[in-house]
Amino acid sequence: MDHTSPLEKLIRAALLAIVIIFFMFPIAWIVLMSFQTNESILRIPPSLIFTPTIENYVALITGEMRTAAGSLKLDFMRNLWNSVLLSSASVAVSLLLGVPAAYAFARFKFRLGEDIAFTLLSFRFAPPLLVLLPLSLYFKTLGLTNTYIGLIWVYQLICLPLILWIVRGYFEDLSPDIEHAHRIAGYNWFQTFWKIAIPLALPGIAAAGLLAFIFAWNNFVFALVLASADKQPVTVGALAFVTASGIQYGQIAAAIIFSIIPTFVLAMFAQRYLVEGLSLGAVKG
Amino acid sequence: MATGTAKTAPAVKQSRLARKALPYLLSLPALLMCIGILIPFFTAVYYSLLRYRLNLPAMKGFIWFQNYINFFSDPKFWNTLKISLVYAGLTVIVELVLGLMIALLLQRRTRFNNFVSILLLLPLMTAPALAALMWKLMTNPNFGILSYLVSLLGFPDMKWGSDPATALFTVTLVDVWVYTPFMMILLLAGLRSLPPAPFEAAALDGVPRSFVFFRITLPMLMPYILTATLFRLLDSIQQFDIIYAMTQGGPGDKLLVFQVQAYLDFFQATNVGRSAALMIILWAITYALSNVFIKQWLKLRERAHGVA
Repeated sequence: MDHTSPLEKLIRAALLAIVIIFFMFPIAWIVLMSFQTNESILRIPPSLIFTPTIENYVALITGEMRTAAGSLKLDFMRNLWNSVLLSSASVAVSLLLGVPAAYAFARFKFRLGEDIAFTLLSFRFAPPLLVLLPLSLYFKTLGLTNTYIGLIWVYQLICLPLILWIVRGYFEDLSPDIEHAHRIAGYNWFQTFWKIAIPLALPGIAAAGLLAFIFAWNNFVFALVLASADKQPVTVGALAFVTASGIQYGQIAAAIIFSIIPTFVLAMFAQRYLVEGLSLGAVKG
Repeated sequence: MATGTAKTAPAVKQSRLARKALPYLLSLPALLMCIGILIPFFTAVYYSLLRYRLNLPAMKGFIWFQNYINFFSDPKFWNTLKISLVYAGLTVIVELVLGLMIALLLQRRTRFNNFVSILLLLPLMTAPALAALMWKLMTNPNFGILSYLVSLLGFPDMKWGSDPATALFTVTLVDVWVYTPFMMILLLAGLRSLPPAPFEAAALDGVPRSFVFFRITLPMLMPYILTATLFRLLDSIQQFDIIYAMTQGGPGDKLLVFQVQAYLDFFQATNVGRSAALMIILWAITYALSNVFIKQWLKLRERAHGVA
């Protein structure tokens, strides 16, 4: 590989440039759109020269939208808040349930443990609507339709397998000897778990939590089936927003940017762990 | 637990019992979660054996496998099966080839390559439904930048997602944009974990590069390729977000893949029985695939963690 000819270097650079343009252009273009007025968006040919405006973002934050037909109320901030609430509560619940279970699966070999671990893993690959459609009928009977609790409960389907399998891997990588020593020193099981195992596995737990948050945030179909407008997260809300706002393209672009920035920021924090998380703990980066 | 010496015997006995119960207690919430999902799963199995339409409650009745038998003579079903397989096959092949090429381009651990590989993660971190919206804005016939660019290339009236001829191409493009980085990042991790010795030996012997690639790199990378491909195949055959957000399965029946068709059967036609039967068939496909996948996945996991 060290004897690369200038021609090969040139081809590599050109290919890499095409790759970067293909994957970055859509994001860059939507960012540009979000700072334009509708008139400037509709210009043909499209131009990179325009006077940037923040009115799209202002309209989204205030919820007041001026259209040709007059002023319209649209509560996209509510969707954003729902996304924050649903994703963080789901991850919190998942960590609470998943970390002790992951520890049990890593430290104790018991038949039921493997069965649960693999059943949850197989749920990760089952079609979500298979469970969601009957669930939507159950939720009606139970009064859970369009409630945060109901949504947080089904979001476990996204978060729990992820957290379970990644954190399990981290516990398995820790030598149990330190924990044994702590036990011999007279501490009980819980103290050892809390004071030794958790702090040692903390980077892995944090990474799994961040990833689960990203996946929960990006989910679309769960809330599409189980939530109405006032509980919908940004993914479903943005789609409804398109229908409602009609031709306010700049605001649609701004709404998309608002919705993807949180996951981008978190991904930057978690990027060291992304390979491991995306492969559910099978490949280390 | 640190009790006095006099009580040692019963304390040990108690702690042994506690020790046995402990893993079960710890995994109890996860177990309840499993049961909580298995109930709607078996409900779906049951629904699939019913004539069950929400708009005609009087007709509800147990019909055994009639919903499945009906599929055999139902061209709509064969269309769903065909389009799902075509979509999954097409997206995964394109993503595998592109992902492998990009991973090879970025293989060397330079600061620039690492920066690019992080940058390429951004599409993967975009919610697929929002990615579809972004591409919808870019392919809008009135002002979309892509519509404008292809018009310069001599396609003035490309309708992208709303034209039956280009709908599949358009959603594939979005899928490739979102998920190629997934392939790339797993294969890159695989490439970088390969032992250097065989490559050094090949370089010393002056073995041609294509031979090195096909006879050394590719076979050694195979576990990673298999895992990443099966993983994507499992997700892609159930794709819902991108297709629903982009075209809702249209135009016509062009993109009515399994999950979109089941969603429409349930909420528009309110035919719960047919919808459930469709989902059970898709589940059977993914279950078979996931068994192959999990074997591959466990092999890699063992390699990464040392323990199964």
